[in-house]
Amino acid sequence: MRLATLAALAACATLAQAQDTAREIQRYRQMIAEGSPAELFELEGETLWKKPQGPKNVSLERCDLGEGAGVLKGAYVHLPRYFKDADRVMDLEARLLHCMTTLQGRSRAEATRRVFGSADRPSEFESLSAYIAAQSRGVKIQPGMSHPKEKASYELGRALYFQRVGAWDFSCASCHGEEGKRIRMQELPVLYKPESARPVIATWPAYRVSTSQFITLQWRMNDCYRQMRTPEPTFASETTVALIHFLTATARGETYRGPGNKR
Amino acid sequence: MSRAALLLALVALPALGEPTPQDVQKVMQHDFHARGQAGMDRVVQDGVQRVCTESHDRPPAELAKALQADQMKTIVYPQGSLLGDWQRGEAIAQSGRGLTWNDKPGDAAGGSCYNCHELSPQELSHGTIGPSLRGFGRSRGASAEVQRYVYGKIYNAKAYNLCSQMPRLGASGTLTPEQIKDLVALLLDPASPVNR
Repeated sequence: MRLATLAALAACATLAQAQDTAREIQRYRQMIAEGSPAELFELEGETLWKKPQGPKNVSLERCDLGEGAGVLKGAYVHLPRYFKDADRVMDLEARLLHCMTTLQGRSRAEATRRVFGSADRPSEFESLSAYIAAQSRGVKIQPGMSHPKEKASYELGRALYFQRVGAWDFSCASCHGEEGKRIRMQELPVLYKPESARPVIATWPAYRVSTSQFITLQWRMNDCYRQMRTPEPTFASETTVALIHFLTATARGETYRGPGNKR
Repeated sequence: MSRAALLLALVALPALGEPTPQDVQKVMQHDFHARGQAGMDRVVQDGVQRVCTESHDRPPAELAKALQADQMKTIVYPQGSLLGDWQRGEAIAQSGRGLTWNDKPGDAAGGSCYNCHELSPQELSHGTIGPSLRGFGRSRGASAEVQRYVYGKIYNAKAYNLCSQMPRLGASGTLTPEQIKDLVALLLDPASPVNR
């Protein structure tokens, strides 16, 4: 009897502690949502967008992100989409890379030397993503879904989400497949369901507090595959674009409100 | 019936237009590159991964039984007691290192156990993808059969549940037999915090 009471008390204490932890995390998230360091990356991105670079010494200001050359308003939320000039579906980062190699005349190798940055030195793609995504705030997420290559990209992304692969047999759904699950304390959105994908996609790319870095969806795909113990997916490849396409299409209709903040 | 015929007969074909796991694998072989210890062999699916992908983790019972029996054969049991040191086991359960492209080859890996399971009540930061293992040994005891089951389950979870989300920690070369014995102790030793 006494033992049972003790056990019950201990269980209550643990539960209370866990609830406190969850409350603290919630409070912290609210706090960082109020004044976001993402704005600093947006400013840096604007400078980079307008800076002449590469053998042709031109800026990216004539880059067509799908809404016409140089049009930024609403461009991000309509990606990924099919581009006739490249005859493929591209997300923001793939399109930026395309503009760097065509408009600016830079080599792919040079432009992708450093696609993911560090706390002290963000990558060009990170700053540019912050700036461009911010010009879509308040616009509904609506990636391309009509061209046959857009449909194929979406289907590939969906199939990739469920492909079990790698040294540990994971698919995306191994972690993001069931409601209410966590890795350690991190809650895991079920990203093939619209209600879960919407708030997530509406706030990417984002500033990540724990590492003081600005992170993009290409980075997210890369680091998930790293943890899935696969080899490395190539930056802006068909695979990573298709996954981003599938996730974004699942979130369509949601109003974009990023760049956001992550834990 | 041959294994291949069984596979063909029992696994539903995907609808037209949807990429098959083979199509996806081809794209991945083009789009991925080896880095560090993570080689390109890892994007090639084995039979378990293929069947679980095709069936969305709900394999037909007969096929699951046959493939689980194959997986059971991969388990190598060390001689003698399977009960190692629970304190070392706790450290292994905490560590999420190993097998990624930025882990140094040869460095000791962890089991990533707390990522998905509750074990010691002192560790509040535990995941919930797997069942809680708190008090695991209390009702089961630590008999030779229970030790053998736990060792086998950690070595190759797919031998018990074909499409389990748990990695094959022994069969994949992630953990050594000594490390798995330490995890068996973490789960079964009466002195382990899991059981206290």
